[in-house]
Amino acid sequence: MVYTLDITHEHCPMTLVRTKLKLSQMAKGDILEVLLSEGEALNSVPSAIKEQGFNVISVERVEGSTHKMMIEK
Amino acid sequence: MYDFNEEQIQRYSRHILLKDVGVEGQEKILNAKVLLVGAGGIGSPVALYLAAAGVGTLGIADNDVVDLSNLQRQIAHNTQNVGRPKVDSAREAIQRLNPDVKVKTYNDFLLSDTIADIVKEYDFVVEGSDNFPTKFLVNDACVMLGKPYSMGSINQFEGQTFTHIPGSTCYRCMFKEPPAEGTVPTCSQAGVLGSVVGILGTIQATETLKYITGVGELLINKLLTFDARTMNFMKMNIAPRKTCEICGNEPTIKELFDYEQTACKIIRHS
Ligand SMILES: [Zn+2]
Repeated sequence: MVYTLDITHEHCPMTLVRTKLKLSQMAKGDILEVLLSEGEALNSVPSAIKEQGFNVISVERVEGSTHKMMIEK
Repeated sequence: MYDFNEEQIQRYSRHILLKDVGVEGQEKILNAKVLLVGAGGIGSPVALYLAAAGVGTLGIADNDVVDLSNLQRQIAHNTQNVGRPKVDSAREAIQRLNPDVKVKTYNDFLLSDTIADIVKEYDFVVEGSDNFPTKFLVNDACVMLGKPYSMGSINQFEGQTFTHIPGSTCYRCMFKEPPAEGTVPTCSQAGVLGSVVGILGTIQATETLKYITGVGELLINKLLTFDARTMNFMKMNIAPRKTCEICGNEPTIKELFDYEQTACKIIRHS
């Protein structure tokens, strides 16, 4: 299954907290699409999620300063 | 699965962030039931940190009332509560800190005929009483019921603690029975530096949270001792004693019993 999460209006560390919470509600193999903003979130969340043992498939610009990160649980 | 509300997401965010705790670990904490034996120097910081962590149910057993002389170290209590039962004072402190926590109080001295029914209801026991009869009784009850516990003792500037899980070294493996009368300063004669009970209590609270979440290595088959004067911390390995009266190969204790302690004397009473 593919889930989505928008953390563009969240600040550190709630960006990571929200992402972990969403991942916890998913099954292994599910995909999470996370919308996040440039700056703090883009600089820290993908690397932090990798450190926590999740597989970050891709991070790409969607529009303006918004990026989309794909995580496989 | 636990359904976190918005307030809980904020409140427990620093646990959720930890790789080794995370959402799953916080769920375990919120579902855990922990019994605190003693709401004094050790029980106070344990109660406050476990309440802050969101432990689902905290049982508190203590038959004492808050005395002005307690307040130098028993930080769950306050000046307004002098003369009130410690369990009521501790309950208020816990509920002010975190309304998620369910508190059950036992305003009693735990004895051999009552302890088992209480201990049975909990996942983990934190022993922080100030007397040997209770320490041995908690050990014996937990060994018999297969309950894990954290045990702590304080004397002046020194503390010692270890954690027991079924099959690991127990209090009786280490100490056999209460020390003979007069060999160890007990009760209130010895004095204690207030903050030292906090060192011990926070170690015991940490062991409790480690047990609940499965993080790291517990102080099992070990005894941690420290001396705040030098800040020397020492961890000794202590294997289970095959001749232990309660957990050894041929246990001689088959029923719970109470040691009697009058004033500062301890008498075997079986
Ligand atoms: Zn033993």
